[in-house]
Amino acid sequence: MTLTTPAAPAAVADRTEQPRRRAEKRVTPGRALTYGVLVVGLIVWILPFAWMLLGSVKTQREILQRPPTWWPQDFTWENFGAWFGQLNFGQFFGNSIVVALFTVAGNLVFCSMVGYALAKMDFPGKKALFLVVTFVPLFVMVSSLGLVDSYAALILPFVTTPLGVFLMRQFMLGIPDPLLEAARIDGAGELRIFARIVMPLCGPPLATLGILTFLASWNNFLWPLVAAQTEAKYTLPVALSLYSTGQSATNYGLLLAGSVLVIAPIILLFVFLQRYFIQGIASTGLK
Amino acid sequence: MTQAVVGATGRAPAPGRARAGGASSRRRRQGWVAWGFALPFVAVFAVFMVVPIVGSFAMSFTDFTARDIRSPFAVNFVGLEQYLSVLGDPVFLTSLGVTATFVVVGIPVTMAIALALALALNASHGRFVSILRVGFYAPVVTSIVAVAVVWRYILQPEGLLNSALALIGIQGPDWLNDTRTALPSLIAMAVWRNVGTLMVIFLAGLQAIPTDVKEAALMDGASSWRRLTSITLPLLRPTLLLGAVLISVGFLQFFEEAFVMTQGGPLNSTLSVAYYTFKQFGFGQYGTASAASYLLFLAIALLSLVQFRVLRSKD
Repeated sequence: MTLTTPAAPAAVADRTEQPRRRAEKRVTPGRALTYGVLVVGLIVWILPFAWMLLGSVKTQREILQRPPTWWPQDFTWENFGAWFGQLNFGQFFGNSIVVALFTVAGNLVFCSMVGYALAKMDFPGKKALFLVVTFVPLFVMVSSLGLVDSYAALILPFVTTPLGVFLMRQFMLGIPDPLLEAARIDGAGELRIFARIVMPLCGPPLATLGILTFLASWNNFLWPLVAAQTEAKYTLPVALSLYSTGQSATNYGLLLAGSVLVIAPIILLFVFLQRYFIQGIASTGLK
Repeated sequence: MTQAVVGATGRAPAPGRARAGGASSRRRRQGWVAWGFALPFVAVFAVFMVVPIVGSFAMSFTDFTARDIRSPFAVNFVGLEQYLSVLGDPVFLTSLGVTATFVVVGIPVTMAIALALALALNASHGRFVSILRVGFYAPVVTSIVAVAVVWRYILQPEGLLNSALALIGIQGPDWLNDTRTALPSLIAMAVWRNVGTLMVIFLAGLQAIPTDVKEAALMDGASSWRRLTSITLPLLRPTLLLGAVLISVGFLQFFEEAFVMTQGGPLNSTLSVAYYTFKQFGFGQYGTASAASYLLFLAIALLSLVQFRVLRSKD
């Protein structure tokens, strides 16, 4: 990318520049080495995922076999079957989905509302509110005092996040004021302006926020572990963590299949929407 | 800003007084509307952030235990005693050392790998780059619980890693049950999980460096190493600093890796400060737990303050 941008002026510039440019594209030993190291690094990096996938379709006997086999000898679905059969996978999956969807919906609506107030309104206490949004140490107290075993306990603490507010405010600052003024003169109330004018313009940040909150909710572990007290309220990571510290701690086939089931939806989402994921992270780091 | 515009337009037309009065009542009305918009956020923030933070601050000066939940106001005020007992607890001091090691080793390693990857990706082109980016970023989006299962499976005494080491004649240790290798194993896992985030941030920073500066250095015949140390890294400094602060907030709260992999063992060798706090809560020692969590909170708050300053200075 960095090389294509200055290509146009370079073409106009003197001819001596041309050979060097071509030389950069040619595979030099240094470049080959870089690529080689990157590929080896990539293989090491995704090896745990490959090992997880392969292990999930091996039989328990094969998993315990030494030395370990690389490719499954007797391919089996029984580990996945156990999750769908006796282990209530549907319940856990449903819980994870319900919690994630409500968390995402809450964030999309509530963060946009505060973001709108901060970006486009003037009111006493605005500075203090903005300070809270930007300067909140992400620190959730590990306290189980008086928690009830309910979906509300799982969802409510995450239903709006300072980061989401910040993201929405930054985008809404760029919406031209005259547009909103015109609507006000036409007699539209703030709620109507927000819902009919501001929100439809906010597609990109809403997509980023939706994906980031879905990811955070799907992978959230510590809070649900404390807040969900009966199996009926376990989310997928909680269920998996309890099986992997309980009696089946060494039943790796079962646990690996569970891991595949936990990460598959996110990996699929990630592969298709990687631009939004990566933009989201980059925008949290760089304003 | 909007206010200034409203005020100016309100004063300009002929029926000045009526409009000015309208503007001030409208300003008050807008105040209510704005706080109405902020209400859900403020409510959640108050209940789930302010209350626990204030509550545990108060608790850290009392001898509150699980038995006092029924009558929370009957506890005794003990001043700084909880803090002193926490600071005198050898287990807490061990946990301080564990968290410090995790932070001091983990962050530079993560940053170095992320920077090297970002530089390499920034210099490459094509489809290859997006494949690499997806691959190195994948650990960031996956659940720690799921990932912990496969890491335990790889690191078990006869697991994949030791089988590979056996091929070259090395007898690998029992990684997670040896006090010398348990913490390094968790650090490796944390590096693996966090490199992707920093890589993306650094890559964005690298792409923001104006190309003409690099072109000029290239024309002057600067070697690629020279261009890296004299141009790219100095210009990337704010991004590097920001990346360091961002991940250090996470690293200071080191807990999940230890919780899912080693439960703080063997012999407390992976017991972090956050884990110590969690355990004290589990034992019902709410006063002690609150004091310990406040010490950690203080460190994180200081760091967030630095983060805030860094972000501000970029405006």
